[in-house]
Amino acid sequence: MKRLALILVLLIGLLLAWAAQDFPRWGDPKSPASSSSVSSHFIANTGVDTEVPNMVTAVLADYRGFDTMLETVVVFIAGIAVFSILKGGPKQRTRDREFVVGFEPDLIVTNTVRLIVPVIQIFALYVLAHGHVSPGGGFQGGVAMGASFILVALAWDLKTALLRFSIDRCFMVAALGIVIYAGIGFLSMFLGGEFLDYAHLATVLPVSQEMARYHAMLGVEVGVGFTVTAIIFALYASLSSDGRMRDGL
Amino acid sequence: MSLEILNTLILSLLVVVAVLSLWVRDLVVSAVIFAVYSFLMCLLWAEMGAVDVAFTEATVGAGASTVVLIATVFNIKRKAKD
Repeated sequence: MKRLALILVLLIGLLLAWAAQDFPRWGDPKSPASSSSVSSHFIANTGVDTEVPNMVTAVLADYRGFDTMLETVVVFIAGIAVFSILKGGPKQRTRDREFVVGFEPDLIVTNTVRLIVPVIQIFALYVLAHGHVSPGGGFQGGVAMGASFILVALAWDLKTALLRFSIDRCFMVAALGIVIYAGIGFLSMFLGGEFLDYAHLATVLPVSQEMARYHAMLGVEVGVGFTVTAIIFALYASLSSDGRMRDGL
Repeated sequence: MSLEILNTLILSLLVVVAVLSLWVRDLVVSAVIFAVYSFLMCLLWAEMGAVDVAFTEATVGAGASTVVLIATVFNIKRKAKD
């Protein structure tokens, strides 16, 4: 059976390698992805429409804002799903672990984490705030921020981390992120545009339409960042403690 | 030319690491090798100019998903049977 699987895998691998010959060369301007009318519109008009230097963010948060909003909702639902599936498990640990972690927090580890967590969090905020100027944005900044809480949970224990960011607050913050994102969408709708049509925010913001889209993108990235931060930490808290939200690893 | 050498090196390492992560019996080791795989992918994205994707791969792939995988492994049987 195992040998059969190996042969199948090798065959599929060969098939994929053979199909890869049809790919356009790397950076080919005539490749279907670059020459379609949609991408040439993005490439030509991003700077004019939105004044955002990072085209990826403009496509992600503005031209395809629906996609990113529902992606955030998917992240939220995934976090809730993991939490609620594990929550119903047994209240006590049913069997001994094969691997026991030392109980006392280590002095060197905790002090290193004390030093490094502020740096990670400031970097995460920088990535979030500079998402439309340089690479980065809500997802990356959010994961870095969530990772800083995970680091606290790893260095001390889950209880210490949950004191700073409890699981109820996690889901509140996650929901708040989606509310921020959808709120900006609805606000532009009430101001006369369509859902997520940020240009109409210029009627309430003291800036031009292009800069309104620029700032609205920052707003939705903040929303995404909230959701991702909270869900990454909630995922870790659920999975490491088997849903009991105690002792952790 | 040197870029092609780097690409070939990363791609061949990717195959080795992918096979290795399935090969090992200990699931914690497997998860860590998977992080190495993500890191190599991150290098590859960055080298091809897709810095946004590389960034996501580094944070989510090499960082968060490894922690989540290891957290899960600690709650199940650590050694694979076959």
